[in-house]
Amino acid sequence: MSRPRIATVSLAGCFGCHMSLLDIDERLFALAELVEFDRSPLTDLKEVGPCDIGLIEGGLCNAENVEVLRDFRRQCRVLVAVGACAINGGLPAQRNGRDIGRLMAEVYHARPGLAEGSGIPNDPELPLPLARVHPIHEVVHIDHFLPGCPPSADAIWACLTALLDGRDPALPRPLIRYD
Amino acid sequence: MSTTFDLDGQPVPFQPGDTVIAAATRAGHTIPHLCWDPRLGPSGACRLCTVEVNGRPAAACTTRALAGLRVACQTEPLQQRRRQLLQMMFVEGNHFCPSCEKSGGCALQSAAYAAGMTGPQWEEFYPQRAVDASHPALWLDTNRCILCKLCVRASTELDGKGVFAIGGHGIHTHLIVHSPSGRLADSAIAATDEAAQICPVGAILPKRRGFAVPIGERPQDTP
Repeated sequence: MSRPRIATVSLAGCFGCHMSLLDIDERLFALAELVEFDRSPLTDLKEVGPCDIGLIEGGLCNAENVEVLRDFRRQCRVLVAVGACAINGGLPAQRNGRDIGRLMAEVYHARPGLAEGSGIPNDPELPLPLARVHPIHEVVHIDHFLPGCPPSADAIWACLTALLDGRDPALPRPLIRYD
Repeated sequence: MSTTFDLDGQPVPFQPGDTVIAAATRAGHTIPHLCWDPRLGPSGACRLCTVEVNGRPAAACTTRALAGLRVACQTEPLQQRRRQLLQMMFVEGNHFCPSCEKSGGCALQSAAYAAGMTGPQWEEFYPQRAVDASHPALWLDTNRCILCKLCVRASTELDGKGVFAIGGHGIHTHLIVHSPSGRLADSAIAATDEAAQICPVGAILPKRRGFAVPIGERPQDTP
């Protein structure tokens, strides 16, 4: 029987939730026995394939984030919003009160110390930012929320093992934290 | 003569004039709440203390205790309802706990932990009200305000200053400062006032003091 497949991704994240996943330490060996990793910052796969579990870190801040999130929703049976950013936009959503055009101009054009002629990057290769940062459940259906900034390694482990056992990954009180 | 009502199968003694939550709290029970304080008149704003009284939902903070009432508090439907109320309060404001100085000491946050809230199910409002940092000792971020009115009542009932009020309607309802300019600096508030300290969330905070308590030792941290 083939092992369950897990995909992970960081959208408008800081990779901190992935670091917290690595914080399960030697339990990573047990996890490597239990599952197969699909697309993830930890593997070299470029596209997400059919998976049992998708772990999403980060909110949505640009067009590519939305495209990748939709790919994950299409391919993953169970999608988990991991961390404060995926859940409510997180600290990056503090930009939501500001005009994105003005923010870009402030950083790439008007900031002191920039080289002469610096301007807002405009190559079509680059994904356009969204007007506002959004949590991922506003764009696709999310099956489970794993809060924390980041969630503790124990919370991630509890959630993963429950899902792999086919149980509801409801966290006990001490593993729920938003900060 | 002692009179009692029934709370989740246990008799709770009460005195004439008691509300359900006042009598239950005095007897050592916990009914989840955010806008109730035994020193102040009831508000009935947060609805978190909703219990079933003789089978019907009622706010424990505005319901008078009566002999023989049958009150249910710890039921799964009520717990589910509390989770939903808390989700509403979270999406209504900018509750970015990871950078809030009140994290670990916040009544909203700990109520959500206790209710097992993991994520929201509604769209975020992302309100964008300006921070008032005009006061030398205090600052005000009403994007975190849950409109419990504890500061309003403390300022009128305990401090006698009437610094705060509620303005606006519907989703635009917000906390306002009673001063000619609308700014905290031009009000009569002092950092030692009860109204300055009673805020259960991170809306009214002292300046130049934050992140002073190590994680693990904050009031709401669990071992």
